[in-house]
Amino acid sequence: MATERQERTIQEVKDSDPVCDAQTGLKFVHVEADQAVAYITRLRDVQGYTHLVFFTAIDYIEDSIFRLTYMVHNYASRQDLGVQVDIPRHGTTMESIHHLWPHAATYQRELKEMFGIDFPGSPGLDDSFILEGWTGIPPMRREFDTKLYSEQTYFPRPGRVTHDTTAYMKEKLYPSEAETW
Amino acid sequence: MKESNMDGLQTTATETEQQLEDMAKEMRLANDGLLEQDKGYFCDVRPHRVEPYKGIMESFANWARSQSLWILGFGTGCGAIELRPLMTSRFDMYRYGIQARPTPRQSCVFIIGGYASVKTLKRIVRSYEQMQGPKFVLGLGSCTVNGGMYWDSYNTINRIDQYIPVDVYIAGCMPRPEALLGGFIKLKQMIREGKCEGMNKYIDDFDWYKANQKQIIHDWNMPDYNW
Repeated sequence: MATERQERTIQEVKDSDPVCDAQTGLKFVHVEADQAVAYITRLRDVQGYTHLVFFTAIDYIEDSIFRLTYMVHNYASRQDLGVQVDIPRHGTTMESIHHLWPHAATYQRELKEMFGIDFPGSPGLDDSFILEGWTGIPPMRREFDTKLYSEQTYFPRPGRVTHDTTAYMKEKLYPSEAETW
Repeated sequence: MKESNMDGLQTTATETEQQLEDMAKEMRLANDGLLEQDKGYFCDVRPHRVEPYKGIMESFANWARSQSLWILGFGTGCGAIELRPLMTSRFDMYRYGIQARPTPRQSCVFIIGGYASVKTLKRIVRSYEQMQGPKFVLGLGSCTVNGGMYWDSYNTINRIDQYIPVDVYIAGCMPRPEALLGGFIKLKQMIREGKCEGMNKYIDDFDWYKANQKQIIHDWNMPDYNW
């Protein structure tokens, strides 16, 4: 049973036109966080988007948001549709969609580990996905300095140098082509 | 006079106790993560050196070892893709006495195939320790030397020789199968010269290797020495 709010959402969404990305031809639609699951449920059950292609997050640290992207696919019309949801970066919680697609639990487990986004009720959420015994902040958050962490944790072999590309090309390899860099 | 003597004795006793405790701590293999009933499956004894034979016996043994290298079939990174062509007719590793085995117990050469994440390193350490001696390690690809293109990653180690001893490195990203064969020939030469004492090196510097491993493997839920 859809609640009154969800009914309204569905009606709004039905009227709204997805934004088409000019470069890729993919269609994206922005949805508010509290209405996203209702919308995705409608996409799956009514509009024929029966396949969850992927579910990922992008860290927009400048705007203090994570942009969740649910990519769904319609086999009948052979169309992809990306549902974008902005959620705050701190104290992040999002409604789980594992009841719609069981394999979404794996994506959510990964997002919990890599970004620290919580999905209450998702099965196996706290099992380690790739990082076993990780104690620091989730490594895919952009405030995490991966180079610094690597230098402090692992044993860098001394002698690694970084060259300025233009100068190095001029000096060593192709002097004539250095101008084009 | 008497009192000071007593004090001295007490201090010595405390020091000795402390020393004994420290020694016990050093000697103990911490199987702390394991349940009591599981501890019986693992040996608690520290590994010990295996001294080479003397003179011609060791030369003969080394010659024999170099003629029969069995690889552990554990592709730890993308470099493992270069191991497949070795068994085809074009490269034919069997003519060098090299073949792949499915378990660590049957193999003597461990090829670290490129980058090793922390999660994989845990399995690498377990597999390496389970292999029977004499055992040799080939570092395949640049990632094993200095981290390669993953040198600043949060999850891949930079130098494999900080965690297990390495006999021969084969640089490249990726090295061709010919380079691998070249590495094997170099390894054979080193074995015949008696230079491949990686296993004893691991045992001599056991505490150093363990400290390095435990520095990055945080959920250490296995015995300190697996065999």
